[in-house]
Amino acid sequence: MEKQGKITFINGPVVEAENMTGYIMRELVYVGKLKLVGEIIELDGNSATIQVYEETSGMKPGEPVFSTGHPLSVQLGPGIIGNIFDGIQRPLPFLEEKDGPFIQRGTRVSALDPEKEWELKILIEEGDYLKSGQIVAEFDETSVIIHKIMVPPGKEGEVIERVPDGRYSIDHVIAKIKDKEENITEIKLYQEWPIRKPRPYLDRLELGVPLLTGQRVLDTFFPIAKGGTAAIPGGFGAGKTMTQHQLAKWSDADIIIYIGCGERGNEMTDVLEEFPELEDPETGKSMMERTVLIANTSNMPVSAREASIYTGITLGEYYRDMGYHVAIMADSTSRWAEALREISGRLEEMPAEEGFPAYLPTRLAEFYERAGYVKTLGEENEGSISLIGAVSPPGADFSEPVTQNTKRFVRCFWALDKSLAASRHFPAVSWLDSYSEYLNDLEPWYKDNVNEEWFELRSRAMSLLKEESRLQDIVQLVGEDVLPDNQRLILEVAKLIKIGFLQQNAFDDIDRYSDINKQYWLLKIILYLYDQAQPLVKKSVPISQLKNDELFNKLLRLKNTVANDEIDKIKEFRQEIDDFYQQLADSYQK
Amino acid sequence: MLKKEYTGLANINGPLIVIENVDDVAYDEMVEITAPDGEVRKGRVLQVSSNKAVVQVFEGSTGLNINESRVKFLKEPMKVALSKDILGRVFNGVGEAADDGGQIYSENKYDINSKPMNPYSRQYPRNYIQTGVSAVDGLMTLIRGQKLPIFSGNGLPHNQLAAQITRQAKLGKDDEKFAVVFVAMGIKHDESRYFIKSFEESGVLQNVVMYVNLADDPSVERIIAPRVALTAAEYLAFEENMHILVVMTDMTSYSEALRELSSRRGEVPGRKGYPGYLYSDLASLYERAGMIKGREGSITQIPILTMPNDDITHPIPDLTGYITEGQIVLKRDLFQRDVYPPINILPSLSRLMKDGVGAEYTREDHSDISSQLYAAYSHVNEVKSLASVIGEDELSKIDQKYLEFGEKFENKFLKQDKFNSRDIEETLSLAWDLISELPEHELDRLSEKMIDKYYRRKDENGET
Repeated sequence: MEKQGKITFINGPVVEAENMTGYIMRELVYVGKLKLVGEIIELDGNSATIQVYEETSGMKPGEPVFSTGHPLSVQLGPGIIGNIFDGIQRPLPFLEEKDGPFIQRGTRVSALDPEKEWELKILIEEGDYLKSGQIVAEFDETSVIIHKIMVPPGKEGEVIERVPDGRYSIDHVIAKIKDKEENITEIKLYQEWPIRKPRPYLDRLELGVPLLTGQRVLDTFFPIAKGGTAAIPGGFGAGKTMTQHQLAKWSDADIIIYIGCGERGNEMTDVLEEFPELEDPETGKSMMERTVLIANTSNMPVSAREASIYTGITLGEYYRDMGYHVAIMADSTSRWAEALREISGRLEEMPAEEGFPAYLPTRLAEFYERAGYVKTLGEENEGSISLIGAVSPPGADFSEPVTQNTKRFVRCFWALDKSLAASRHFPAVSWLDSYSEYLNDLEPWYKDNVNEEWFELRSRAMSLLKEESRLQDIVQLVGEDVLPDNQRLILEVAKLIKIGFLQQNAFDDIDRYSDINKQYWLLKIILYLYDQAQPLVKKSVPISQLKNDELFNKLLRLKNTVANDEIDKIKEFRQEIDDFYQQLADSYQK
Repeated sequence: MLKKEYTGLANINGPLIVIENVDDVAYDEMVEITAPDGEVRKGRVLQVSSNKAVVQVFEGSTGLNINESRVKFLKEPMKVALSKDILGRVFNGVGEAADDGGQIYSENKYDINSKPMNPYSRQYPRNYIQTGVSAVDGLMTLIRGQKLPIFSGNGLPHNQLAAQITRQAKLGKDDEKFAVVFVAMGIKHDESRYFIKSFEESGVLQNVVMYVNLADDPSVERIIAPRVALTAAEYLAFEENMHILVVMTDMTSYSEALRELSSRRGEVPGRKGYPGYLYSDLASLYERAGMIKGREGSITQIPILTMPNDDITHPIPDLTGYITEGQIVLKRDLFQRDVYPPINILPSLSRLMKDGVGAEYTREDHSDISSQLYAAYSHVNEVKSLASVIGEDELSKIDQKYLEFGEKFENKFLKQDKFNSRDIEETLSLAWDLISELPEHELDRLSEKMIDKYYRRKDENGET
């Protein structure tokens, strides 16, 4: 007989039930007459506590709880890319088709389209012995992503049956394998995987390749490695979401998974409308061809918000296992932490700091540790997951528990500064508070692929910015005029770096994406000007002469006048600098 | 269906009552409570177990007793009856008629909790609303379907500003239907009267629906009021195809009512005693703004909140700012210097502006000039703090120019009469007048093309 529990208590998304012997921890259950999706989070003797992923209004004690026998899982197969799901992988376009513009309860739809057929190329023969993760078949999922059907982790065996190349829907058995114990595994176009369990890989590799984002302040000053982790903390209005959107658009990952976790509905709509129109600078194809969206907005059920980031990362791991580089943006991890807090409060657990449960750091660590650069099972390809989490500290106070605990588990910290945002300096990444621990890991890559002197250039620019901030303190007290000219030159050059390099306009067709070579040359040219101007200061040429408005303005506009493939124009600009300062020097010689 | 009536309560604690030995009670269902004196009140189930239900009484529990009070469970969640007749009417916080127009009778009853809008079904808001207030139109443009709160403080003219926006806002073309839903939560009697008067004066009263919970009304009703109002707004927008502006004031009183209830329930408090779910709760209101693909109507929200002690990091403005699409922040210092509206532009922002301005909607230069004004005004503040140390005379020439610019910006651009409506052309042209006070090379946010077209170059005599 099928197991059936009985509801005894309801308090919002937290429901208790009895007669629950035999149910397993973290099991997916259907709750009440409406069969709402829920997950068991506590078992105590005969009774269980269930967190329900849908609104429980109207539910009564005495209603049944149905078992499924397996933990909350996602369906992994073709049709994920380009789609938009809620926190428990229900496809939102399907929900709209079924229920209209408002999300109803108890609607059960398949995550992946069961009807759609895919044009498969089978890569195995009968008699082959397949390992876990080995590729069975492949086909184009979108115009840029080749989907690879793999042997599920933990399964292996000899191929005893296979279908020929052809068109199949996801439920079709395309091969059967038999392992040494004579167990037969059917391979379909999809597999299922519990969201809270990391998918296995062969080995973790060292990080040494940057995830290039096209954003100058990040790539040049605080780079993140492929397989790395980063946090973007910032108060509201500092530009977290804008930065996350920029990263989703321009990162050189193969696949982007964007998790809108407890944020605004219109932001997801914005992505949905904008991404299909945008062209990937690498492939020239629409951005949506490589993007997956998970949308669990702030007004959608809070427990599904908690699940959404696990859903996102599990989808990411599946594509990583095919050998892709995946970048995951979670906006915002604070909302996820608040969901934890809310559920913990309803469970009447003893709170730790600011009402957050004591297991908050453990959960954060588990999440960020799912990032990494790995050698995959089976084919032994390389794949990676980079994780970039936005953090929304209350009152922009970075000392609060979510920011502090996140800092312990990420290696890139891109701090957004409210005062920069207020003066419309975007991206508002503070160059004084941010850091990247990947610099040393990535140094060889930059040296080989960009320029030998990359790091020297970066350090010089960085120390100029540091020096400028020190000088600004003095200026605040006594004004700029009393500084000696060599220090005033530093202020001017730092201004060039801030405006001509760090500021980047997301809405300008040229400026929004700088390839790494252009970044190098832009910074190079600013420091070149500094090098040419410096000797003249020593010759007592006044700063008002050195700072020529026309020359400086032209330099400032290089970022949005020179496209990525016109770098020569920046190189040529050196001549203009030379000419100007030569002339100036000559006139002072006389 | 037979509705059983229970006599006697197990416990009364503020607006919460506990009834024991009940069966067949649903979470979130409506309850009717009859006091010993025969008065009937309404309530809602907050928590239910096999034989016990916790009920929140909207009108408060004063006058109830343990042994004689009677409770009837109504078998459905809270619903309001809605029809087009609600226009021009005044209701209390739970949607009952508060004027002499009688109750609304309608076949159509709507669950006040609504359902979350599918993000996939949303229409991204792009059409801007001209409010006639330069600071708003020029720098933090309001977009149809947006939620843009006013962060204010006690004693600041937020009500005047909200009334002016309501009066002047052109929500759509003339042939489109437009209405205001006004919900008052814990505001004072005279504030409420001020709004009614200002709606009357601007002749929109017949297109206003009011839900009023005043400061001395039961605080539990305050939690229901915005939900009833937004349900009415959704009905008008998505079934009657109207463009709705929802003015919600004061979100601080709302949140305080929520805190009061939470503490009665003995919940674990979060920051400053507010419940841990304050964010989700506020989001369930604010996220009801927006537009739906394929439907004509829209819901635009202007929530007003008074920041306790003018502190923007207080949980209420803080969490609000994380949910809404920008904010309009008022500043006491400007108000004291007689600048109305006293909008502090630096922390203010409209997130949807980027897609709703420009050649297609307002003018090609709009986004650049606004960015330049922000940058310049931000520098003005740096110069001011420097001047307070070294004195204005010691400032460099260019910084003195900035001071001058700041002065004019506040007094010519920000400052505006309560009954003066400037159209977008006028606002942008004013912006260029001001920015032309600064030398060309300072304008790093403007392209040469824009400068050539709009910048007012001066000849040697200082004439443009």
